[in-house]
Amino acid sequence: MAAPKFEVPTLKEVSEVPRVQEGAMAHIQSFVANAPIQQAIGFPGELVENWEQKAIEKMGDLLGKYRSFKVYLDACVHCGACTDKCHYFLGTGDPNNMPVARQELVRKVYRRHFTFAGKYFPKLVGATDLTREVLDKWYTYYNQCSECRRCSVFCPYGIDTAEITMAAKEILDSIGYGQKYTNEIIGKVQRIGNNLGLPGPALEDTLEGLEEDIEADTGVKVRLPLDQKGAEVLLVTPSADFFSEPHVESLIGYAKVFHAAGVSWTLSSHASEAGNFGLFIGNYDTMRNIALRIREAALELGVKRIIVGECGHAWRVAYSFWNTLAGIGAGANDPFAVELQQQLDPRYPAPQHICEYTYDLLQRGVLKIDKSANDHRVITFHDSCNVARGSRMGDMPGGQFVIPREIIKMVANNYHDMEADTIHESTFCCGGGGGLLTDDLMELRVKGALPRMEALKRVVDGQQVNFMATICAICKAQFSKVLPYYGFDMSMVGGVHQLVSTAIQLKQEE
Amino acid sequence: MSALTILFACLFYAATAMMVFGLGYKIYDYARTPAPLKIPTTPAPTTTTGVVFRIFREVVFFESLFKATKWTWIFGYVFHGALALVLLRHVRYFQEPVWTVVALIQPFGLYAAFGMVIGLGGLWARRFLVDRVRYISTLSDHLMLALLLAIGLTGIGMKFVAHTDIVAVKAFMQGLMTFNIQPMPEDPLLLAHLFLVACLMAIFPISKLLHIPGLFFSPSRNQADNPREHRYVSAWAAKLEQK
Repeated sequence: MAAPKFEVPTLKEVSEVPRVQEGAMAHIQSFVANAPIQQAIGFPGELVENWEQKAIEKMGDLLGKYRSFKVYLDACVHCGACTDKCHYFLGTGDPNNMPVARQELVRKVYRRHFTFAGKYFPKLVGATDLTREVLDKWYTYYNQCSECRRCSVFCPYGIDTAEITMAAKEILDSIGYGQKYTNEIIGKVQRIGNNLGLPGPALEDTLEGLEEDIEADTGVKVRLPLDQKGAEVLLVTPSADFFSEPHVESLIGYAKVFHAAGVSWTLSSHASEAGNFGLFIGNYDTMRNIALRIREAALELGVKRIIVGECGHAWRVAYSFWNTLAGIGAGANDPFAVELQQQLDPRYPAPQHICEYTYDLLQRGVLKIDKSANDHRVITFHDSCNVARGSRMGDMPGGQFVIPREIIKMVANNYHDMEADTIHESTFCCGGGGGLLTDDLMELRVKGALPRMEALKRVVDGQQVNFMATICAICKAQFSKVLPYYGFDMSMVGGVHQLVSTAIQLKQEE
Repeated sequence: MSALTILFACLFYAATAMMVFGLGYKIYDYARTPAPLKIPTTPAPTTTTGVVFRIFREVVFFESLFKATKWTWIFGYVFHGALALVLLRHVRYFQEPVWTVVALIQPFGLYAAFGMVIGLGGLWARRFLVDRVRYISTLSDHLMLALLLAIGLTGIGMKFVAHTDIVAVKAFMQGLMTFNIQPMPEDPLLLAHLFLVACLMAIFPISKLLHIPGLFFSPSRNQADNPREHRYVSAWAAKLEQK
């Protein structure tokens, strides 16, 4: 790790809310997307000439299409409930990282152009025109929001800053002012099928290599099939699982679980990505196009079930939006969705999370587990924001908190939760979600991880925790990078199925 | 009939029209705007009944605010609770005979005015004392508090300092409702009180008072968490499938 060019916050015994430090993060500027990146996904290559007019038109368009955007811009009373809830504010003290102030950047312009008070009494209600300075502020600070929704838990009206951020990013994209990292990835998934731009043959090689590794390790031939027609299960997982550490350990875990359950399964080279960065830029069409790849793969392969690997925002999109976007779910009566829904096995939820799947097998005693294999680990669980606040697992509200923890407790002996106000729906973002997992935002990522790092420190010191499990590819990548800044070992973070993988006992095939 | 009575009668008709039609339009506008995706903040209820309870808890207990900040919750709750009592107490000016419940709460409603003032005072103090809240406060936030505080104080003034002829006030209000305008007492406190109330009514649909309808239309609160069980597609999104 090179010496950072910024001051890494110190971890405090008792977490504190910082004083407001105006402009503390004004210098942060995520790389702007160039023309080829923008044009590849249907946006203007550079800032269009009449950008102010176009931006206001786009805002009007979104106000007519999204009730959330319209209601949230009107309903805020500046009560301040959200001001100390954002991890980026807590880590930086920059007031524009308070959710209300972040919203206000768009709200001021909304007032000016779309409300009576703002049109006639702009000073009174703090309305402003969309100047170049304001536009740049949008770019700076909407690229400092990970769309984690923590603020929406505490807002008395449920105002979700993520909705405002997504709308702002959609406006910025539509006038040619997109962010490089996110838009480049969207281009890759649309062109190649996954965020890493890993083509089919390379994927096949990788999977074969993993099969060899597992056999060398366990003596058992565990398969990782690709494009297998007629398989029971289609597994859609974040592409990071194919070769990033520690992600790949969880992929090995899924394969072992399917193997032990004796269920035929397959990955798809057409839909080799669960992640859907279309969510981050709030663009319905983009999000839908990416989701349609999963539908096409499921129809093509003729699978009965669709299971999603460990990925936070992917699970939100899969659980909450796939039925809407691509008819992957149940309860449809239109021909488009019925086509796929008739093919899927109605006895299982569609889509299903890999944790729901494994939990069911564990409960039924299908998997043979040796818990002591995880005895070298003292484990805690980091709830990923999109799973915690934008989705569910199982039959009951809050199942997304219970099921991963139950799995951990069924495969390991040592488990401790972090403090109550830092887990479940109050969980803190890892600091790298929402399209911010890029090196040009490293200062933001390190500072934004502060609240989670403080909570982690307390269980490390108090309960000797040495492993933080999580079910999100972004969380895993972010923590691997950020943990060392705070003096932790980068290998402390890993997946829930990494733990399953360690404990599962495979039978030699006859 | 004095010119002042006629002026106030017109003022109240105009303010009522602005509030009713303005708010009506806003509600219509919220209702017609689609929410294309399921975005309840989870864990969320999985049924409509559950959603009704969730909104009920937000309206009656300010559940989310309670989780967020106890000081704001206390002052906010005292203010809103007291305001509800005060409003209920004022119902007596608009009906004859008066509902039993309105008659019963008269003594409580009286002291609730002080609760209103205390609540508003606390909320206003936060706008100066907490640096984060100070940063986000606009001129209109301060003016709104000033307006509500002035309404409360002029009301208290009429009860405890300079009484007004409330029988005549009631006749004036009932006259307004039946388009049969009656003379109103011309005490300065009453005039101020009524003028400020009319202002509050008029700005309802163009100010942050829209948090009231907003809560009921907030997708993160009013949607059931059942996207896997029911396909949910908005009209404009459904059109994409016909291509």
